[in-house]
Amino acid sequence: MIEITEQPIVVQKVIDAASLKEAGAINTFIGTVRNQTAGKKVVKLEYEAYDAMAIAEIQKIIDRATLQWNLTGWAISHRIGTLFPGEIAVVVAVSTPHRKESFAACQFIIDSLKQTVPIWKKEFFEDGDQWVSAHP
Amino acid sequence: MIVKIKTFGISRDILGGRDVSMELTGTSVGDLRKSLSKQFPALDKLNSLFIAVNQEYAPDEKVLSVTDEIALIPPVSGG
Repeated sequence: MIEITEQPIVVQKVIDAASLKEAGAINTFIGTVRNQTAGKKVVKLEYEAYDAMAIAEIQKIIDRATLQWNLTGWAISHRIGTLFPGEIAVVVAVSTPHRKESFAACQFIIDSLKQTVPIWKKEFFEDGDQWVSAHP
Repeated sequence: MIVKIKTFGISRDILGGRDVSMELTGTSVGDLRKSLSKQFPALDKLNSLFIAVNQEYAPDEKVLSVTDEIALIPPVSGG
């Protein structure tokens, strides 16, 4: 399952989508909205995605992970729209026969997602806003 | 050739619209880069700027056609 959604992410739904009876381990990463950046209070974030390309790029990451590890199941959900501190922005769940691979695959997927998937967030502070990572 | 460009994130702020039409001198992604940079110098200040054609990251040599879906991909920040 790959999902880009404006609705709050239901973590259990993502885990269930990644679960298969062949698996002996399910590893789940939950990315949440932090309340500060470099000491500045974050009021909210706004996420947007180039939906069709984001889904295609996530699929490429999954394909690479599948070649490298023995994934029995996987699911990724990314939220877009307005999010407030504490809310869940992304959930990655992978299942594998043994635990070691599940940690490695889950980390690879979230690290790659942050590098190549066309999703953007804007941070809103009390005195302004900025697109994250846009400028050096 | 007039191309239509989808913009996202900070590139939408810089180009001033979600879908922008632009007269392109030349035919490649690299030519588009040059035109963009000339018209919108603020793009050069970004950490990176990729161009996607039909929802795939495209190299500068890629030749464009009027029916292509072209999008600007400023530094991504998902997760």
